[in-house]
Amino acid sequence: MSDDNVLSPRDPWFRRAVGITAGIFVLTALGGFIVLPYAQPELKVSGLWDAICSAAGVVRTSSAQAPVQPDPKLTKVVITSALPATPAPDAIGRGATLAQQCAICHGPTGVSRADSPNLAGQYAASIYKQLADFKNGARVNAIMSPFAANLSERDMQDLAAYYAYLPRLPGYHPQQSQPAPKIVINGAPMRGVAPCGSCHGALDNKTGSPWLEGQPAAYVKAQLQAFASGERRNDISQQMRNIARRMTPEEIDQAAEWYASQPPTLIHTN
Amino acid sequence: MLNSRRLVLAHFWLAFTVFGLALVLGAWQMFIRSPLHTWISNPEWYYRSLTAHGTVMGYVFPTLVAMGFGYAISEVSLNQPLIGRKWAWAGFWLIVVGAVMAMIPVALGRASVLYTFYPPLIGSPFYYLGVVLVVVGSWIWVALMSVNLHAWKKANPGAPVPLPMFANVAGSYLWGWTAVGAALELLLQILPVAFGLKSTIDAGLSRVFFSWTLHAIVYFWLMPTYIAYYTIVPRAIGGKVYSDTMARISFILFLVVAMPIGMHHTFADPQVGAGFKFIHSAFTALVALPTLLTVFTICASVEIAARMRGGRGPLGWIRALPWSNPIMLAVAFSFVMLGFGGAGGLINMSYQLDTTIHNTQWITGHFHLIFGGAIVIMYFAIAYDLWPHLTGRAMRDLGLMRLQLWLWFVGMIVTTFPWHWVGILGMPRRMAYYDYTDPAVAPQAVSVMLSAIGGFILLASGLLFIVILLRAQRAPREEAGLYRFSAALHPPVAVPALNSYALWIALMVGLTVTNYGFPIAQLALRSDTSVPAVYVGANP
Ligand code: HEC
Ligand code: HEC
Ligand code: HEM
Ligand SMILES: [Cu+2]
Repeated sequence: MSDDNVLSPRDPWFRRAVGITAGIFVLTALGGFIVLPYAQPELKVSGLWDAICSAAGVVRTSSAQAPVQPDPKLTKVVITSALPATPAPDAIGRGATLAQQCAICHGPTGVSRADSPNLAGQYAASIYKQLADFKNGARVNAIMSPFAANLSERDMQDLAAYYAYLPRLPGYHPQQSQPAPKIVINGAPMRGVAPCGSCHGALDNKTGSPWLEGQPAAYVKAQLQAFASGERRNDISQQMRNIARRMTPEEIDQAAEWYASQPPTLIHTN
Repeated sequence: MLNSRRLVLAHFWLAFTVFGLALVLGAWQMFIRSPLHTWISNPEWYYRSLTAHGTVMGYVFPTLVAMGFGYAISEVSLNQPLIGRKWAWAGFWLIVVGAVMAMIPVALGRASVLYTFYPPLIGSPFYYLGVVLVVVGSWIWVALMSVNLHAWKKANPGAPVPLPMFANVAGSYLWGWTAVGAALELLLQILPVAFGLKSTIDAGLSRVFFSWTLHAIVYFWLMPTYIAYYTIVPRAIGGKVYSDTMARISFILFLVVAMPIGMHHTFADPQVGAGFKFIHSAFTALVALPTLLTVFTICASVEIAARMRGGRGPLGWIRALPWSNPIMLAVAFSFVMLGFGGAGGLINMSYQLDTTIHNTQWITGHFHLIFGGAIVIMYFAIAYDLWPHLTGRAMRDLGLMRLQLWLWFVGMIVTTFPWHWVGILGMPRRMAYYDYTDPAVAPQAVSVMLSAIGGFILLASGLLFIVILLRAQRAPREEAGLYRFSAALHPPVAVPALNSYALWIALMVGLTVTNYGFPIAQLALRSDTSVPAVYVGANP
């Protein structure tokens, strides 16, 4: 066939096509890797090679400053639906024993009377993650941290299994009929705040988001303020910090009051 | 020769059925996030619908149209029975299985990740596997097109490949190569995480892989439309193709430069160096060339038809065109939408202007105008043109066909013009809820309502289209005669280098290496670029 030898350097079509393509590439590369870096004074390129590297997206070594290290105290837990792994058969029993040291604050039935968070019936993944974060320092609390410091991996899994197993207690909820505030149901889309209910239940449950119904208002409020100020930073990808920062103080109060007033039976687990 | 009628019809019917369903979802999305409806309270439903709508409209529907049309082109233009019809059916069934497999987890809320996959968001592996099956099914088509062409070449040594088949195979090779990017993303990045073998993902590298696919997939969607411009329109209106060579050059240019420019979709991404963004941006400017050539050639071809029908004067010939012919109407509407959409595209491709409309509703307005408008209206024309030959039945509803095309055109303008406008006002895309009581958003309410109305006009048109096809399927039998494509004013005698693909494929792959090699290698080799995956739809 006449067109089969087009792919040979002697064919004029080949030479022209490859020549034009290569020419365009070289011209655009000159523009992108040399002309443009020099045309941007704020880049402060220190030479030709530096210009090329910066345009290629290589981490630049010319900068005098040390590269910013991420805060090492970030959560190490990866949240999946299979977390924690299937509990050992005696996990709940072992967890119950371990949980005795927790009862002074979290209540003997996992329901606190001292504005500490309620743990009874919380998702195992959430309990496990919080314990692991306290232990590794990603979440810090002067009262709680010491109790997590010496827990082993197995301890944390068993405690999670135990608390997840406990029934949620209805408690005393005088104002449970008040309507959900806008921030819970609609969020604040103009500020990029998704509805709380789209992660924490009521609308949808997203893995790793604890349920909040019935938690003490003071606790919810304190956590939101801690997320907003950056004092608490163990949430993966800043999911909660991004939200709390954009909430108004009124919205924080409304959300805290409303969640505290809701009976935990509203939501279902499996 | 059109032997594989059932095969082609199966592709078209499946394509238009899923299209109709996805159209309902589109209209619903537009409606419930407009001020005409109160907030549905659960964004999850919106994203389920959006994932289904995008996946069907972006992957399943156009792929099926290109495949069905491709099989018809192969038989008709080469005048040779399709080789590998069994394989073609296998490809078809792979797509059926893949589409169902992908849509079940989406419907269950297990894969609301949107059709661009959105890593580090991770959904059910079945969603991705379904998409993979759709792509594999289409690769069978790519291989068959190549096999059929080579058989014909062997039987006709040295003869110029007929233009429809030349363009069709160029399109199939482009698709074969450009789908590799998304395939690599799915196989290397996403599926291992979806299956739980890994829990972190390099979202930046995934996005680079996706951009490899994302631009040229647009040209894959566009291929049937351009083929119809050149090879159906002139014949349908009684004219000839002004220049066969110009057509071949256009398709070759698409093959070479449509793919190595995808990083114009990552202008706002930090993981890609500015130098590469510049190169991709410059090559993007080149890809406007084949479209300009096409617009010129088709306008000239249409003018030839008009003058052959007795039209005269510098512009007076326009009146001599057969405006009652649905194909004429479709191509005119298509060109108008292509013109507006192309002008918008110039804004998207320039780095600085893009920053003002990046991730706003402008983008969705833009691609609905180009893709849903200019491209899909020619899919309708292709179906109308082929239908009597596929069904062996007369197509008599010319009035309804014209009404349907008018509705699609008007609906698309009413939908997309305000859609662009709210984008300029800053309305972000892919959001389920807008608070129109907020003073910052209130001015957009009227425009969004207009778009929603346009959406219902489009829905009406789409359903009417399906009704027309159904009615034609039940019309009295009538031999439609031999199906043929347009002839060229100067039929090709010898077409050196524009008769085969090796050189052009080599250039395409070469440019992929130069334009993508370094950014991919750099991200793949660095160890600190992965982030934890975010699983959707998993139980808490
Ligand atoms: C001295 C009181 C005290 C004891 C004992 C204690 N905790 Fe806590 N715990 C707290 C307080 C206070 C918080 C809230 C910390 C904060 O505000 O950040 C907390 C938080 C937690 C949380 C996070 C809850 C959430 O929803 O984020 C978990 C899980 C937890 N504790 C488990 C335990 C376990 C298991 C033990 C026993 C091994 C234990 N705690 C012992 C006081 C205590
Ligand atoms: C995108 C999903 C998402 C949304 C929306 C969301 N949250 Fe959260 N929230 C989380 C996750 C995930 C955590 C757990 C963070 C961690 O890993 O420590 C959390 C933790 C919290 C906690 C701490 C609970 C505890 O016991 O440790 C509070 C309080 C809270 N969220 C309140 C809210 C409120 C109020 C809203 C609405 C304004 C909201 N969240 C919206 C995902 C979300
Ligand atoms: C009735 C007509 C249609 C309406 C009202 C409509 C509406 C919509 C809406 C509202 C979105 C979501 C935009 C966002 O959330 O930012 C969308 C996305 C999309 N539409 Fe349509 N659409 C229609 C027809 C089409 C057609 C004909 C096609 C192509 C053949 C198409 C392809 C797409 C694609 C690919 C997306 C992107 C999905 C994503 O962002 O993930 N649509 N459409
Ligand atoms: Cu593109």
